[in-house]
Amino acid sequence: MKKKFKLENLDCAHCAQKMEDAINALPDVEEASVSFMTQKLTIVADEDKMEAVIEQAVAEIAKVEPDCVVVR
Amino acid sequence: MKQKLTAKQQKSLREIIIAGVLLAILMVVEHTESIPLFNEHSWTMLLACLVPYLLVGRDVVRLCIKGILNRQLLDERFLMTIATIGAFATEEYCEAVAVMLFYQVGEFFQSYAVGKSRESIQQLLTIAPEYANVIAEDGSVETVDPDDVEIGDVLLVKPGEKIPVDGTVIEGSGLINTSALTGESMPREVQVGDAIISGCVNGESLLKVRADKLYDDSTVAQILELVENAATKKSKTESFITRFARYYTPIVVAGAAILAFIPPIFFGEFTKWMLRACTFLVISCPCALVISVPLAFFGGIGAASKAGVLVKGSNYLEMMANLDTIVSDKTGTLTQGKFKVSAVNPAADFDKDSLMRYAAAVEQTSTHPIAVSICEAYKDEIDPTALAAVENLAGRGITANFEGRKLAVGNMKLMNELGVAVAEDAVIRSGTCVYIAVDGVYVGSIEVADAPKSEAVRAITDIRAEHVKNIVMLTGDAEDTAKKVAAELGITEYRAELLPQDKVSVVEELLEKVGVAGKGKLAFIGDGINDAPVLTRADVGIAMGSLGSDAAIEAADIVIMDDNLERIPTIIRIARKTIGISKANIAFALAVKIACLVLGAAGIVGMWGAVFADVGVAFICILNSMRTLAKNA
Repeated sequence: MKKKFKLENLDCAHCAQKMEDAINALPDVEEASVSFMTQKLTIVADEDKMEAVIEQAVAEIAKVEPDCVVVR
Repeated sequence: MKQKLTAKQQKSLREIIIAGVLLAILMVVEHTESIPLFNEHSWTMLLACLVPYLLVGRDVVRLCIKGILNRQLLDERFLMTIATIGAFATEEYCEAVAVMLFYQVGEFFQSYAVGKSRESIQQLLTIAPEYANVIAEDGSVETVDPDDVEIGDVLLVKPGEKIPVDGTVIEGSGLINTSALTGESMPREVQVGDAIISGCVNGESLLKVRADKLYDDSTVAQILELVENAATKKSKTESFITRFARYYTPIVVAGAAILAFIPPIFFGEFTKWMLRACTFLVISCPCALVISVPLAFFGGIGAASKAGVLVKGSNYLEMMANLDTIVSDKTGTLTQGKFKVSAVNPAADFDKDSLMRYAAAVEQTSTHPIAVSICEAYKDEIDPTALAAVENLAGRGITANFEGRKLAVGNMKLMNELGVAVAEDAVIRSGTCVYIAVDGVYVGSIEVADAPKSEAVRAITDIRAEHVKNIVMLTGDAEDTAKKVAAELGITEYRAELLPQDKVSVVEELLEKVGVAGKGKLAFIGDGINDAPVLTRADVGIAMGSLGSDAAIEAADIVIMDDNLERIPTIIRIARKTIGISKANIAFALAVKIACLVLGAAGIVGMWGAVFADVGVAFICILNSMRTLAKNA
């Protein structure tokens, strides 16, 4: 299952890269991408685990860029 | 068009201006020493400088501290915070403020530039319909979200509205504007029964449309998805920058640490080396590269979209720039994929018109593409009841009685079977041809051909002008036909009589050749209908004229929306320009940075030079990258 979120206040390109690496390193994430240009987060994960994965991803994003908000 | 600043941008602009004014005043005071106590290294000066510093820099320092707490070290903010604290520690108060101020100017500009590029690409994304008008059974109209439209719903599309989902016109006719999808400015005419594609804009008339697909499966949703995903498929140049940044930052921080602590052991002057280390850190910030390269690719993909070409990823754009060989399918790609009468050759004692009339009379009983083309070429109606004893002989032709005569229309096999003598010089060897006999006597032949697209010759010339070395045409047609079409198009290399599965092996063979030659890439152009395996096998698969065909959008890497071959040289130019700009940015940024790093370590370039090397270079690179957005490559 694939989900997309808009990111607000994602202000630097290499932060996006760091977030992407961090989210991809999460155990239940099949594939994730953070696009600086489109300000979008895309996560592919198992449907049952999706909610938990999103929570973890939001936490990872906050670690890299505390001001960045995931719009849900 | 002027972009409106976001609230955040407005706030930072205000802070930058106020801090800039304060800094200017402080510098004048410092240099003229006009106010006692406020001289260069005094504590009063420090307090005064902290005001503009915190005004512009508080977020940077705050996020830096948070970053450290989250163990996310070594980002731009960390570099800037360390550098400015270093400058304060060495009593260079004004420099500290200046560095933070210019860093924020750079950030502001960056966010503005990226926002602007993003916006111009999102103009493409305005093809997304916002609502749909569903007509209920009782005739009332309800406005709903396109997502809520179900298959079979009847939709009302008013003049000027977007078509919300793919469907079929069931009432009304008129012109629809497809330019947002195809870049084609000529409106397309639709009538009852025509398929209609979401994202197009209805012209002047009122249309009723039956929904054939859900929004998520409609063309518009697929295209939006594709463009948004394009940014996630990174080019080699982009991945290089990402990898580079990952190693680069720790290396320069280590370099700065060495610079700060090792030389003082031998030479003393701790503060001097500390300041140089800070300068080093400011110069080293990699943001010029990290921003400008993806921005260039993003712009290139945007420019391509504007020209009616969807590029599924930066990597494909990069490959297009290194294109060495183009392999193209013939039918439907280079040619119109439709037979047309190309020559009518009546026998010596017969006239053209009667020949066409006899042929059309018989061929109207058939739906074979050749038969259809002959009937199309003969404009007048012929009463089908005048035909009798029609016999359709598969693979040979048709015989029938017409106006008291026995007609035979078909290939050479049929003529031989019926014992019709065809003079040696009347036999057509290249191309497709039907022979006509009346009462067992040969009266002439009609040649039909799949005509090249009108723009094909020009497009091929332009492709060659872009230094594409080989253009190879693939076709299932007979050798003679292939040769003739290739000559017409100006293509020297072709492979004829191929079965669909042969195409893959030909492409593989050519790929090997290209691979041996070096880094050149191979693109395959097909109409996307039965080319999926070849499209996937080639370095870059380009699907033509596939608007509305999900399979092609799925299999291809680049989709040409409007079937126009001339988009290919355009996309090559856009690709080359994008790569050129990214490479220029990389070279320029690295050259300036390395030079400044060396000079900074030697103490020749001070903090001000460092600020230029960071913000100035980023500024120039971003401006350069934004050029890719310009439509004319």
